[in-house]
Amino acid sequence: MLPHAVSFSILKTGDAKYFTTTKKGEVFELKAELNSDKKERRRDAVKKVIAAMTVGKDVSALFPDVLNCMQTDNLELKKLVYLYLMNYAKSQPDLAIMAINTFVKDSGDANPLIRALAIRTMGCIRVDKISEYLCDPLRNCLKDNDPYVKKTAAVCVAKLYDINPQLVEDQGFLDELKELLSDSNQMVVANAVAALSEITDSSPSGTPLVWMDSTAINKLLIALNECAEWGQIFILDSVANYTPQHELEAQSICERIIPRLAHANAAVKLSTVKVLMKYMEIITDAEFVNMLTRKLTPPLVTLLASEPELQYVALRNINLIVQKRPEILKREVKAFFVNYNDPIYIKLEKLDIMIRLTSKENIGQVLSELKEYGSEVDVDFVRKSVRAIGRCAIKVEEFSERCVTTLLELIQTKVNYVVQEAVVVIKDVFRKYPNKYEGIIGILCECLDTLDEPEARASMIWIIGEYAERIDNAGDLLEGFLHGFADENIQVQLQLLTAIVKLFLKRPSESQELVQQVLSLATQTDNPDLRDRGFIYWRLLSADPAAAKEVVLSEKPLILDEMDLLEPSLLDELLCHISSLASVYHKPPSAFMDEVSGQRKALPIGFQFSEETSSLDAQSIDSSEECPVVEVEDLLGVDMAPTGFEYGPIGQSATSGESSVDLLSSSLDELGLGNPFLCALSAIPAPYSSPKALWLPAAKGKGLEIYGTFVRKNQEIYMEMTLTNQSTDALSDFAIQFNKNSFGVIPALPLQVPSPLPPNGSCEVSLLLSTTGSIQKTNPLNNLQVAIKNSVGVLYFTCLIPMHVFFTGDGQMDRRVFLSTWKELPAQHEVQYTLENMALNPDIVVQKMKQNNVFTIARQHVEDHDVLYQSIKLTNNLWILVEIRIPLGESFPTVSWLIFFVGALSMNRILS
Amino acid sequence: MIHSLFIINTSGDVFMEKHWKSVISRSVCDYFFEEQKKITSPIDMPPVLATPHHYLITIFRCNMYFVAVCTTEVPPLFVIEFLHRVVDIFEDYFGECSESIIKEHYVIIFELLDEMLDNGFPLATESNILKELIKPPNILRTIANTVTGKSNVSCTLPSGQLSNIPWRRSGVKYANNEAYFDVIEEVDAIIDKSGSTVSAEIQGYVDCCIKLSGMPDLTMTFINPRILDDVSFHPCVRFKRWESEKVLSFIPPDGNFRLISYHISSQSIVAIPIYLKHFISFREGKLDITVGPKQTMGRQVENVSVEVPMPKAVLNCTLVPSQGKYSYDPVSKVLQWDVGKIDPTKLPNIKGSISLQAGSAPIESNPAVNVNFTINQMAVSGLKVSRLDMYGEKYRPFKGVKYITKAGKFQIRL
Repeated sequence: MLPHAVSFSILKTGDAKYFTTTKKGEVFELKAELNSDKKERRRDAVKKVIAAMTVGKDVSALFPDVLNCMQTDNLELKKLVYLYLMNYAKSQPDLAIMAINTFVKDSGDANPLIRALAIRTMGCIRVDKISEYLCDPLRNCLKDNDPYVKKTAAVCVAKLYDINPQLVEDQGFLDELKELLSDSNQMVVANAVAALSEITDSSPSGTPLVWMDSTAINKLLIALNECAEWGQIFILDSVANYTPQHELEAQSICERIIPRLAHANAAVKLSTVKVLMKYMEIITDAEFVNMLTRKLTPPLVTLLASEPELQYVALRNINLIVQKRPEILKREVKAFFVNYNDPIYIKLEKLDIMIRLTSKENIGQVLSELKEYGSEVDVDFVRKSVRAIGRCAIKVEEFSERCVTTLLELIQTKVNYVVQEAVVVIKDVFRKYPNKYEGIIGILCECLDTLDEPEARASMIWIIGEYAERIDNAGDLLEGFLHGFADENIQVQLQLLTAIVKLFLKRPSESQELVQQVLSLATQTDNPDLRDRGFIYWRLLSADPAAAKEVVLSEKPLILDEMDLLEPSLLDELLCHISSLASVYHKPPSAFMDEVSGQRKALPIGFQFSEETSSLDAQSIDSSEECPVVEVEDLLGVDMAPTGFEYGPIGQSATSGESSVDLLSSSLDELGLGNPFLCALSAIPAPYSSPKALWLPAAKGKGLEIYGTFVRKNQEIYMEMTLTNQSTDALSDFAIQFNKNSFGVIPALPLQVPSPLPPNGSCEVSLLLSTTGSIQKTNPLNNLQVAIKNSVGVLYFTCLIPMHVFFTGDGQMDRRVFLSTWKELPAQHEVQYTLENMALNPDIVVQKMKQNNVFTIARQHVEDHDVLYQSIKLTNNLWILVEIRIPLGESFPTVSWLIFFVGALSMNRILS
Repeated sequence: MIHSLFIINTSGDVFMEKHWKSVISRSVCDYFFEEQKKITSPIDMPPVLATPHHYLITIFRCNMYFVAVCTTEVPPLFVIEFLHRVVDIFEDYFGECSESIIKEHYVIIFELLDEMLDNGFPLATESNILKELIKPPNILRTIANTVTGKSNVSCTLPSGQLSNIPWRRSGVKYANNEAYFDVIEEVDAIIDKSGSTVSAEIQGYVDCCIKLSGMPDLTMTFINPRILDDVSFHPCVRFKRWESEKVLSFIPPDGNFRLISYHISSQSIVAIPIYLKHFISFREGKLDITVGPKQTMGRQVENVSVEVPMPKAVLNCTLVPSQGKYSYDPVSKVLQWDVGKIDPTKLPNIKGSISLQAGSAPIESNPAVNVNFTINQMAVSGLKVSRLDMYGEKYRPFKGVKYITKAGKFQIRL
């Protein structure tokens, strides 16, 4: 489409004059003008070319001629030529090479504006050959004295990465970019952050290029106060990806970014909200959390007063926020009342949030609003409003009666779609409050004829069937529906079938004929669902009517009002993506992005630990990677997704490069897996327990010293500790908490310590543990991070859980299964290990092992070896198959391990 | 980040495109057009659209769609804010922003867009800086440029670009030093049939027009700053000072800008300056509306207009207003009554008959009425500036503060 030039006039000031064309070939004319002797004419010609390009016309044929104009002192002309080059260089790569000399020359110009312009344009020319020539000028510009050039160069690295990532890495540009993070100019820092985050997003591994530690974050926070609004967004997003190491740090970061909530730019506001929402998870200080909650309210409400597009994104995010922390907006329901001239997409979102915020305190207001919306023009909106009234009834029991009355009033309006929607929600109300509002059934039956939508018809039929004993003409009504059975929607057919069966069971004498009719209709259809349900009813009714009654008329579970909430784990993930596209779609990025970068984000849980800062930092990022899951999946060929269980390699691998089998390879002793064998040597008949180790020296524990170990007693895991108070004050108010760990170990009971613990006093504590907590990979796998709170403060320490406490009592595997599984598992799952200095008697081994829940499946005598096959099951359903070869002579026994994971799904496979 | 921008008019022509990375075919807009077909009103266009490989983020302003194309996960608010900023800059440069204006200034627009974004990252979005890089067009300069051969692109780096106050250019000089502040408050309210308030909020702004030489450092104090508990600031305002002393301290940008915007939520009691007495019955075909002032602190209510969107079945209205003019648009079904000033001794009234389409179904629902008004010399929240001081420069500027209260989304349900 060509835009038509407006009328001619001498005083025409704008650029429209560049569209005036004659009948002759336009390109031909431009070519002549571009080669004109006069400067002004050339400039106007280039402008005409640009104007043509802007509207999407192809003027690439003029490439050589435009290129000729590049050598000029006139900055405007130079800029225009550069604009042209950016667009067309890709289609004319050979000619584009000709421009390089000028670019390189310009990148060394005395004027910083020209230097920056050259480097900027060069980065935009997406031609491989040019990118090689770009390296030297880019390196110079990254070290330029002028910050304007530097910040342009920072972005240029991201551009180059997009074209040729290998080149960027080889040339060391990433390191130079990282150095810019410490630049004295805040704009440069902001651009470097932006460039780094873009490179991270597009890099295939998705692993952050820079490990953000507290010093790096500190630098960013300083830059945050000074840089422009857009830079603040990038910085805040980086801060959001960082997990503070302890609560105090989280608090101090929060305090430093709170002023950003008052920024005029909505995107800055929302990015700040993201950081705060995430950090609130870490902070345990209730008062601080309350303060944050109070601070978050006004900016979120203010976002609703902005342009509709901003409002929409804000509303989608608020929808997530109120699901997690309703207290932030619980008193602001009025802000979500709908204006009749709001765009429809805003109306629907507001309505959704209104319902979420409905409570006893405000339901009166909400209800009268909803009733008002019932008379709006927009059909979708009216329907949703009617539905919302039903949800109010379900949510607030005290007001259910008023909601039902309102629904009845709406039914009286006889507006077709209102009535249908009302019938659907009244069905839900009946399911929530059975035997309470049946009085209105009569009114509902009056509007039976107007229902033409499947959902409304199905709901009505359900109501008739459910209350068949109270509706005198239930049989007639259902028979009426039955006439057009074949034409009904499947939803209605299924419901009709069930309703008639219910009717038959309640009033058998009247409806025998009807039920036969419907059963024969249902069993003759092509739809398998309907047919099967028909047959099931048929058989039930003919075999055992009493059983049929029990099944069909059984009491139904009450429905809950939380049915539309997002699943908690998804919600948590989405909260990490506040302000991004994911928060608008309410889907994790992996669900809609073309290329998913490796990381999935998760809210931090509870406290983190301050020991071993660097390793922890890396670890917390490790654990959010998806890679380990994939590996295990590949190796074991079983679907692990349902449990979300993650395993990763630990230590150095002994056999195959990286596989979960390494779990048991080199670090057997470290894991404590060797312990049962050691135990076999000693003559103790009881299950093995390792001696207590010093977990927390008094110097680190503010006077509290802890020795501890883990044992398995009566098929439960206990944490046994000796607490000694070495300080001069009595200690009291003990409490314990674990960080998320590989085995989901959590305290099953609160910590019971005789309180107060006097100075120099000591006590023994045995804490029952369970393995039902949330799971997060730790390194090493059996690492456990513990926090103990007492009157002095919170103390952190880490300890290792010996592996054998996770061996469960039901680890005896069926022989056949064992055999087939052993064969099925590929060789790379196998790890071999030689135990030294052990002279073993196979009988004793079997007996000792059994005490430790290592079950012997079979025993063979092969040549000069005794071979034992054993199975172990861990609390997380991971099976370990063991083969022990015990030579008859003096040499060492060899142990082979095979490991596989049994998810809920594959369990069936094994048992069948 | 932002990959490309398409500007599309309401009839669906893409009349401008700009790509900051590789060129994306405009066929990507087909997804937009598909969505456009589904909507009844142009404002209903969903702001975020997903296509198989791209995300289209749209704003609708000045009767045009500005469609940004992104390929990676971006904060949509960032894109929307940026698009609005683009339109702001166009309005600033050309006085207004419309399809014909854009077409007339293609090259400047193209240069501006290129200056505002680099590889999808915002580069210079402050109008002060842009104006130093690319001169806004005006007739005299264009003539002069044609004569002298000069261009409207500056050859030097803008001075403010990298300082800690990027919003202000250096070397500003005025013969008359003036600083004007407008405290504007918009009342958003929903009033129900009986005249009681369903919700009422105030959206307030302090807009400035500052023409001061050099580097003035201003402080503004309010008599009652406690009213302002939810404020958004222009980046020039020193937040710490506000937190501790409730004083607005800032080095202002040159020219027009919004210093703060604030929000007074429905938690506090908001004075409603106007009321409506109404009777409307479609069955009898009658309408009677009277407008009167309510809590106006003795100020006159001006520029009053009443807008009634009628149900589809209404063919025409024959009304008699006691003052002002009325019109009924039978296509959009909107009754518009421009009342003018309200004289409290003689309240404006409009009454008459409504004619309905013969045989149409009885109308049960009643419309909501949009009311507009202006009250000068009053900020409905009661906010008052107590003093304005200038430091850093020697001259004595002329200072002025004006208060205006307006209707925002002010709706009365009949």
